[in-house]
Amino acid sequence: MNILSLFILIPLLTIIAIMFTSNMKQTRIVSAVGMGIQLILAGILVYLYLSERNAGNMDAMLFYYDAVWFPTLNIHYTIGVDGISVAMIALTSIVVFAGIFASWMVDFLYREFFISLILLASGVFGFFISLDIFTMFLFYELAVIPMYLLIGLWGSGPKEYSAMKLTLMLMAGSALLFVAILGIYFYSAPAGSQLTFNLLEIAKNHIPIEMQRFLFPFAFIGFGVLGALFPFHTWSPDGHASAPTAVSMLHAGVLMKLGGYGVFRVAIYLMPEAAHEQAWIFLILTGISVVYGAFGAVVQKDLKYINAYSSVSHCGLVLFAILMMNQTAMNGAVIQMISHGLMTALFFALIGMIYGRTHTRLINEMGGLMKVMPFLGVVYVIAGLASLGLPGLSGFVAEMTIFVGSFQHTDTFHRVLTIVAASSIVITAVYILRVVGTLLFGPIKNDHFLHLKDAMWFERLSTLTLLIAIAAIGMAPLWLSNMINFSLGPIVEKINGVATVAGLF
Amino acid sequence: MVDYTYTLLIPLIPFLLFIFIGLTGHKMKPIVSGLIGTSGLAIAAILSYITAIRYFWTDHIGVIGYKSIKAFEITWLHLTDKLTINIGALIDPISVMMLIVITTVSLMVHIYSIGYMKGERGYHRFFAFLSLFSFSMLGLVLATNIFQMYIFWELVGVSSFLLIGFYYEKPSAVAASKKAFIVTRFADLGFLIGILILSFNTGTFDFQLLTSPTGPAITMPGGAAFMGMSVLTWSLIFIFMGGAGKSAMFPLHVWLPDAMEGPTPVSALIHAATMVVAGVYLVARLFPVYALGAPDALTVVAWVGGISSLFAAIIACTQTDIKRVLAYSTMSQIGYMMLALGVSGYGGHDGLGFMAGNFHLFTHAMFKALLFLGAGAIIHAVHSNDMKDMGGLRKYLPITHATFLIACITIAGIPPLSGFWSKDEIMVAAWHHNKILFSIEYLVAGLTAFYMFRLYFSIFWGKATHYHHTPHEAPYVMTIPLMILAFGAVFAGFLPFHALVTSDGMPFESHLDWSIAIPSVLIALLGIGGATAMYMKANGLPDKLAGVFGNGYKWAYHKFYMDEVYLFVTKKIIFRFISQPVAWFDRHIVDGFMNLVARTVDNTSNLIKGFQSGRLQQYGYVFVSGAIALVLIFVYLWNF
Repeated sequence: MNILSLFILIPLLTIIAIMFTSNMKQTRIVSAVGMGIQLILAGILVYLYLSERNAGNMDAMLFYYDAVWFPTLNIHYTIGVDGISVAMIALTSIVVFAGIFASWMVDFLYREFFISLILLASGVFGFFISLDIFTMFLFYELAVIPMYLLIGLWGSGPKEYSAMKLTLMLMAGSALLFVAILGIYFYSAPAGSQLTFNLLEIAKNHIPIEMQRFLFPFAFIGFGVLGALFPFHTWSPDGHASAPTAVSMLHAGVLMKLGGYGVFRVAIYLMPEAAHEQAWIFLILTGISVVYGAFGAVVQKDLKYINAYSSVSHCGLVLFAILMMNQTAMNGAVIQMISHGLMTALFFALIGMIYGRTHTRLINEMGGLMKVMPFLGVVYVIAGLASLGLPGLSGFVAEMTIFVGSFQHTDTFHRVLTIVAASSIVITAVYILRVVGTLLFGPIKNDHFLHLKDAMWFERLSTLTLLIAIAAIGMAPLWLSNMINFSLGPIVEKINGVATVAGLF
Repeated sequence: MVDYTYTLLIPLIPFLLFIFIGLTGHKMKPIVSGLIGTSGLAIAAILSYITAIRYFWTDHIGVIGYKSIKAFEITWLHLTDKLTINIGALIDPISVMMLIVITTVSLMVHIYSIGYMKGERGYHRFFAFLSLFSFSMLGLVLATNIFQMYIFWELVGVSSFLLIGFYYEKPSAVAASKKAFIVTRFADLGFLIGILILSFNTGTFDFQLLTSPTGPAITMPGGAAFMGMSVLTWSLIFIFMGGAGKSAMFPLHVWLPDAMEGPTPVSALIHAATMVVAGVYLVARLFPVYALGAPDALTVVAWVGGISSLFAAIIACTQTDIKRVLAYSTMSQIGYMMLALGVSGYGGHDGLGFMAGNFHLFTHAMFKALLFLGAGAIIHAVHSNDMKDMGGLRKYLPITHATFLIACITIAGIPPLSGFWSKDEIMVAAWHHNKILFSIEYLVAGLTAFYMFRLYFSIFWGKATHYHHTPHEAPYVMTIPLMILAFGAVFAGFLPFHALVTSDGMPFESHLDWSIAIPSVLIALLGIGGATAMYMKANGLPDKLAGVFGNGYKWAYHKFYMDEVYLFVTKKIIFRFISQPVAWFDRHIVDGFMNLVARTVDNTSNLIKGFQSGRLQQYGYVFVSGAIALVLIFVYLWNF
């Protein structure tokens, strides 16, 4: 059996096993074991992938497997991974694993909760291994739908409103995306031959530039909605604020990355000429996202809103870097996806844990928490430092790769925009230190907080998993960066090679 | 080639200590964590001294001039084909000199802190952070390339943040730490932009390549790129912005006085002797590029240094918090160093300013650390920072008094103490370059002597204040570092810097220029005389003098309202006119539009759903009226 299929199979088996559990304890253990296996599997995948590459396997996609599942439209179950998807799969496994432990105390409809959560995860895994854009789209929807239930049922605050808003906006994105996918399909092969959804096959064919111009915005915005592209990002603050902890973690940590990944794999890879033509519009939009999100975060009062706006800023940087379309910047974009995924998952986990104790998320009502919960406090500070790009933690690696890469453009427009985006590092420092200063430092404002307990074992496990990953990437980024770079090489060559040809017309 | 790979251990030991104490410190007895940290640092210090002796003397026999040696280097991150971030250790005169400065002062501060921090909550945390800082600072000076320097630059920034905010329950400490981090971060943005521009145009981060006279930076074609200055000039000015932020140069100095909220040993180590001179080190590190490639940028450095030194010296004369006086004094002295670099040329005797700047950095580290640690001992004894609460302490604190006096004489520039020698070289260099800057420095020399002795007399002489508890001398663990540093402050001036630390690695002849030295000593004596008259015995003279200066005094006392300007910009403009409108716009316009779409759909469907009522009468009514309408239309159409 192909190792990649296991990534879908194990979540499904876990779901089935959960159905047979009879109490909360069993459900938790089954989920944890299932996702623990998934995490180990991801480790094995990284190892196998790297050893294949070291052995000299130069294929674009490894562990390739292909099976027809709907012959009429030539839809396949095609799977395979390169360095980028391996990295994303590893990220997903870590975040899901941490998410399970962060929801250890969910007691309302616990079986359904864990089932939805793991179903969501399996959709994400499916998305990252698929090479058939229709199947990819299918998995994408599979990941978005459980989100509605998860927020609507287990959420807090105006949860129905938020769930509806999030789902509708993402569905609107899907609608655009579907148009793009069908359009691509009809131009996927030279006239007269069999049409295909296979990413690698389509890439060999050249989609006419007129069609690209028309389809590229659909694909870009379709995925961009999920990647919090300005001005289609407003589902994010409300959605995150209402979502339960693990869902916020998964959503900001992984699901938003589907947007960046999709933009890169589908929109830019398949339609490079249009991408080059239209990049400037989206560069401006994403450049706005980066600075605007950061400024927005400065004045927020609710911890989750702060983090949601900071996600808008950081995810904006992902799309920004992808649109720079050179190898270094794109490499930075992938590292940023991983780094932000880990960081924001950690933030949401911590916010959930703090909220569970203080029953408020308003920073003004809290203060001096460092003294009563030193473990959570220290982890929060480290997460904050990662977010503001401290060297030695993952955020720095990602941001610097992006800035240096983006600055390699010879025209002034790209370089000026890079400087604008880089200025966000100052604003990020402002809002991070504001939160840390108000929330954790200073005197304790509320005497009830004096009796709060520090993190429990499962909370420690959850946060430490993420923290170790952040520090590992931050201190020794070379292997990750090289793994991504290797796969990016041919892709960037294709994107830019075509563009120079297009420039002649 | 001589092997210096072991220098890798010098930053590595503090790093391991940080991890070790950070993770296990809370399980140890407090004193154990202090001893572990101190002994680890002692090893790093010994290694540094061995390196210095080898590099400057034993490995150097029979060779003329010092070369820069890459002791060790690994690739940390690949960026582009040409640009990689490496981590390594570069051994050359200035980095070796800095190793000595950092490990010496850090070791003294470690020993001192064992006593000073006794009984504090978070004792182990303090030592863990000190180790983190030592690691970052050592990594910074050993950097082989500008990006490594940036990495450690950020790390010293965060160590400083953590240590300023050490008393995290105190709101003023938290605010000060935030301010320090954000102001320096803003400056670091300039640094980053500078690095981006420089590396884009030269294709390298490497210091050896960048500073090579035939390298890509210096040979970069000049010409006006933007506003009459070349690309190289712009990039160096941006890089200098980073240096100015870290070194608290005007107008990015606002964080330094507030940083005094941190524990006093921290002020001695970070905010006097080592981290704040990182900006000077940065300029010194890239000095050939500044001097040969972009003299305009060097002029900026000189003027920023000169203005800062005067600005800070004036404020220092009016402050009453002893740590703040010392903080402004630090700013002023760093201004001297910047100015020295700024007026320097490259190579041979032209590089006098370069040598003088580094020389002053070295001597300043000794006497300023001594002053701060002395201040710590005083604060320890009287439990106040304010000189108004002090007076007549010379009887109670004899050792502190003696060492403090030595430091004051040193900083005032009285021969033969070390401050005299280094300051004199700066004066000479300035004299040959720019007479205005030279006169500013003369004035500052007088002011320095004045405010230092004002401080000295107010603390140790003046009115005999009544103390609730009789102040007593600090324990030996604190006074011994004072004595060691006092020894350094007295004798560091005899080091032959012109043979060791020069702009091109070649020794040159340097003689004392009496025509400049004598007036500068006289002006210092004048300052001391003024302070003696005003503060040795309590009298009405200071108030009278303040009255004479009137508003000038008020402005200086309020630090020329720089804090208020910053508050206005951040609170009023950025917060109120950018952030809040952005947040409002996002909630009401962007999201409002999304909600509007949703509401429109909702309303429309509400409107239409009335038709699907299920009532037959209504259906019949609509059906019949529709049919009639159709009939009427058809009839109308057919007839005409």
